[in-house]
Amino acid sequence: MVHLKINGVERTFEGDPEMPLLWYLRDILGLTGTKFGCGMALCGACTVLMNGKAVRSCSKQMSTLAAAEITTIEEISAHGPHAVQAAWVDVNVPQCGYCQPGQIMQAVSLLKTKPAVTDDDIDTVMSGNICRCGTYQRIRAAIKQAAKEMA
Amino acid sequence: MIPGEKITLEKTLEKSAVRKFTIENASRRGFLQGMFSAGAFVLCARLIPEPLWAEGRSAEGKAISAIDAAAFHPSLWVGIQPDGTVYIVAHRSEMGNGVRTSLPRILADELDADWARVQVVQGDGNEAYGSQDTDGSHSVREFFDVLREAGATARLMLVRAAAQQWGVPESQCVADPVHVVSDLNSSRKLGYGELASLAAKLPMPRQEELKLKSPDAWRYIGKPAKGLDAPDVCSGKAIFGMDVRLDGMLYAAVARPPVLGGKVKALDDKAALQVMGVKKTIAIDPFTAPHAAQALGGVAVIADNTWSAFKGRNKLQIAWENGSHGVYNSTTYKKELQETARRPGKVVYKAGDVDAEFTKGGKIVEAEYYAPHLAHASMEPPVAVADAQSDRVTVWSPTQDPQGVQENVAKALGIKKENVVCHVTFLGGGFGRKSLPDYAVEAAVLSKKTGRPVKVIWSREDDIKFDYFHSVAAMYMKASLDAAGMPKAWLQRSVFPPIGSTFDVKAVYGSDGEMSLGWTPFPFDVPNVRAENGKATAHVRIGWLRSVANIYHAFAVQSFANELAYAANRDPLDYLLALMGPPRILGSEAKDSGAKSAPDKYPYDIARLRQVAEVAAEKSQWGKRKFGKGSGMGIAVHRSFLTYVATVVEVEVDNQGAITIPHVHTVVDAGIVANPEMVRQQFEGAAVFGTSIARTGEITATNGAIDQSNFSDYPVARMNEAPFQTDIHIVESAAPPAGVGEPGVPPFIPALCNAIFVATGKRVRELPLSRNGFS
Repeated sequence: MVHLKINGVERTFEGDPEMPLLWYLRDILGLTGTKFGCGMALCGACTVLMNGKAVRSCSKQMSTLAAAEITTIEEISAHGPHAVQAAWVDVNVPQCGYCQPGQIMQAVSLLKTKPAVTDDDIDTVMSGNICRCGTYQRIRAAIKQAAKEMA
Repeated sequence: MIPGEKITLEKTLEKSAVRKFTIENASRRGFLQGMFSAGAFVLCARLIPEPLWAEGRSAEGKAISAIDAAAFHPSLWVGIQPDGTVYIVAHRSEMGNGVRTSLPRILADELDADWARVQVVQGDGNEAYGSQDTDGSHSVREFFDVLREAGATARLMLVRAAAQQWGVPESQCVADPVHVVSDLNSSRKLGYGELASLAAKLPMPRQEELKLKSPDAWRYIGKPAKGLDAPDVCSGKAIFGMDVRLDGMLYAAVARPPVLGGKVKALDDKAALQVMGVKKTIAIDPFTAPHAAQALGGVAVIADNTWSAFKGRNKLQIAWENGSHGVYNSTTYKKELQETARRPGKVVYKAGDVDAEFTKGGKIVEAEYYAPHLAHASMEPPVAVADAQSDRVTVWSPTQDPQGVQENVAKALGIKKENVVCHVTFLGGGFGRKSLPDYAVEAAVLSKKTGRPVKVIWSREDDIKFDYFHSVAAMYMKASLDAAGMPKAWLQRSVFPPIGSTFDVKAVYGSDGEMSLGWTPFPFDVPNVRAENGKATAHVRIGWLRSVANIYHAFAVQSFANELAYAANRDPLDYLLALMGPPRILGSEAKDSGAKSAPDKYPYDIARLRQVAEVAAEKSQWGKRKFGKGSGMGIAVHRSFLTYVATVVEVEVDNQGAITIPHVHTVVDAGIVANPEMVRQQFEGAAVFGTSIARTGEITATNGAIDQSNFSDYPVARMNEAPFQTDIHIVESAAPPAGVGEPGVPPFIPALCNAIFVATGKRVRELPLSRNGFS
């Protein structure tokens, strides 16, 4: 049995302890904003915040998450668009959009640690998130715009 | 015509006799209108899993769309409610191509509707729409006129309704400024919502009565608009196929035969059945050749969540019988393709006498090019939910071809096509993979066998190993140059396992369609030309991948043109323009699969090809900067899907061979552009897609099984590897609209390779770059 907090709500998990957080979120809780892309922490589509920091939910087994505080894209959006989301829409980042919740969660995490973000910071941190449609240059622009608005 | 042709590249065109769908009969209006006022129609727009389809039910329980149910719906494209809400259908699939924004805006423009009051309804699979197969960069160009006429029809009826209401001549009423009809002789206005019920009673105008707006009056066409769905996408609310959930739904993962056509010899599922959450295993029958869009067969693990299904599948012990394709090894196959390319093949285009010219003593230049198989690797792997009940099935799927889902599911289950409902979800990328619905067939078969709704989820490994792969190809090129370095003879030969093999086991030659993708429309001014195609047998499933045969054809042609420029000791851009020759319209031999439906509308115009190259030179400051010793600039031009594109790529290569791409300029002449913002997105994305192909794109097979499995061994471009800045320049044009989803990909790859030659002196004749010491 694992006790943890998802988007501020206390949860108890009693299933297969090897189940990755991703599938708990998506299949058990119905929080489908977090996406499945590779299952091996290679693409970043499943990115959520764990205790405020970006992690790949596809590779976090439930057994390791006792007392963890998890934040998903649904929570980020719960009180109107976050500055990062607003910038994403303004710069018209998404094409297919499937990777974008993961990209946004990663960007939210990045801007927490680096409010005055540089191109190098963005490249370093965001290169873990794949976008097959190729929206990278707009992602970079949106992160810079969000950084300005959050400053 | 090669067998299989009709159902491969040309299938979209054959299906798209769209004109007849412009004006739908109005006979159903009375019925639906009556039903609407009786309150039988219930919008359930926000209930998962039907947020997109805004589906309602008639009194008889028949599914109807918001458009059918609107008070005024002069056609299946548009409906207007008394509150002024305008519903417009997006009948094509949204996979990042922007169609849910761009297509409805074409109709809204002619309707003079207020975009803020438009709601877009996703069309289910329905042949009444004409082609819904969202491939071949067709969406805007095939439906531009249809959607404009649908908008103009509705506008005229609203104007007539106002004239009737006011008792004034129709000529005194205009749709102006937006969403209202105004009386020219007074300040009276009536909103579209107020006019809806009256308009619904009017007879349909004849087509010749319609007055389309002149381009200078367009309010949406040609004006940039952001993605309609971006807020939902960015908040995780948009429902992709992966996100569909039904009550009582089971989850399935399938162990498929590692070699095409393989069968289960022996199965031990004891360990799998012990996994928590696993319910049972179910055999899926092997296909009967040709495989087409049938399920591959194998063993499905059924569970109550995705993870348990995956985990259970990993514990299956299966002995496979591999069948004849177990002979497939990429290393030996490559040699076979290259050998075939060196021998005469089937002539697919000919002008003058190449052989005679080759004996005349000109300078002979030869080169061979090779490009491997590619996988699509869309971010959302294939996935589908099916709910089979007696002789009816409902499917929710990210599909590029909902009518294909209906057809193939019906065939697999032995039911009628009209008994298959296909709801199209958002697609997490498609790139051609999701044109073939084998995954929806799997879900339908398993739902039928379990009696429950079933979601089939492909892992990334499934996606890469069991793709419909882009063809591997070998090309042989030969030219004879005169004293000025210009070719007097040009021979080109390409060999690849054709897409037709997916539909016809005997297909070994490229279809006319594949040859038209960058091979038979020969854009250079050379007196003696021969294009050939050699035989190749497919051993894996071959399919369409964003720009298809253009990828390897443009790689060979545009690399070879660049090689000839250096052989002639000339600037590559000047040489390319000299090769194109004077502005002219090419003859009908320069047909292109995309233009077959309207060859006169889309002539191959060398002036436009020259123009994109010239603009690219200007924008990139071609020739004004010094390159070499680790930096370079390369150019390539290519026309595909009726769009003219020139790309200039700037590259830096360090002494370890590591590549960076600081800047790309892409010039696009796509005729009239519906939404320039979406065009920019498509061409920015194409540069990244091209980067992935060029740098590391390679799928190989050993003993019939695919060697790659995930982004670890099939890497795609990440932010730090993609072009840092891609500038898109759209040429203003009054020509009919052309394709934009695909044409950015083909020229990018040779432009990059040509730039690498400048930077390093190394000529890339084999993709990917990782095979040439670059990273």
